[in-house]
Amino acid sequence: MAESITIEVQRYRPEEQSQPSWQTYEVPFQPEWMVLDALNYIKDNLDGTLSYRWSCRMGVCGSCGMMVNGEPVLTCAAYLKGFTPGPIRVEPLTGFPVIRDLIGDMSDFLEKLSRVSPWIMREEEPPLSKGEHLQTPEQLAEYKGYSMCINCMLCYAACPIYELEPGFIGPAAIALAQRYNLDSRDQGAAERMKTLSDAEGIWACTFVGECSTVCPKNVDPAGAIQRYKLAATVDHFKSMVLPWSER
Amino acid sequence: MGRVKEPILWALFSGGGMVAALVLPALVFLLWIAAPLGWVTLPSYGELVELVRHPISRLSIFALASLSFYHWAHRFRYTLYDGLQLYHLNELIAVLTYGSATLLTLAAGFLLVAVV
Repeated sequence: MAESITIEVQRYRPEEQSQPSWQTYEVPFQPEWMVLDALNYIKDNLDGTLSYRWSCRMGVCGSCGMMVNGEPVLTCAAYLKGFTPGPIRVEPLTGFPVIRDLIGDMSDFLEKLSRVSPWIMREEEPPLSKGEHLQTPEQLAEYKGYSMCINCMLCYAACPIYELEPGFIGPAAIALAQRYNLDSRDQGAAERMKTLSDAEGIWACTFVGECSTVCPKNVDPAGAIQRYKLAATVDHFKSMVLPWSER
Repeated sequence: MGRVKEPILWALFSGGGMVAALVLPALVFLLWIAAPLGWVTLPSYGELVELVRHPISRLSIFALASLSFYHWAHRFRYTLYDGLQLYHLNELIAVLTYGSATLLTLAAGFLLVAVV
């Protein structure tokens, strides 16, 4: 082993400790390694008790998000050499209750995600014999960017509002709501607006913009929220001018 | 001050951000950089006053000032509310910030109508 680098990992084993603690590991420094490779090295060779989530190793599954030196990143896409000479501090994503070591509890997000109905809603479904819903490339381009979300939760860890106002629906859920609102096949925008134009929806966002900075898929949740604020404002003024035109 | 008013406050905020971003850099460039350096020759003071007195000028300056004040109020409100975490003072902060913007708007209106 030529060179090594120090990794400081936040540990939390609820059956043994009431507060999280830090544990330091020396791992070989390989320029082609990601932070996730270093964690896997620790798990395989140094300490089998370390717990963390990971799966695809190629930035698609969205499960290996952690705080590395205080920044939310996908550890499978963060080169060790980006953090030389170390030490590298690895913590669970902020804003989520920690279940164990680097594993956060995502149930709050999943509950909020289901509240925005992230699926194609139709007032009436035409019979199958009518064929598929056709969509032009332009109509696809309208929402495609927002459909790239992999639910990695980096945007929630980066959002100061989510930490301060736990009721906030949050960046990814709003971006995913917009993904369906902007889909030409969808008819559920009015239904989603009840949840989204609420105090805990878009209006809790103060446009910090960190969500879009950390997004590994360039989804731009901040942009989605601002676009939706404009749509909700226009809608609000319309209902003021034309109160009888119920949505 | 419920969140029901939020679309209106946000409209004032975003309108203020947009007019300030579009108009103020041009004004600063013309009045504070280009004119002192002699790149452009400004009309005389009397001519500028005449220009400001035109109804469209008064209206534009009023809109620019007022919307910018509300932009500041909204931004400053959330800086205090979230930044300093003064959640228990939410209503007081809202009254003070939007109230200041309203007073400044009235002052701008008074200046533009009665003084200029």
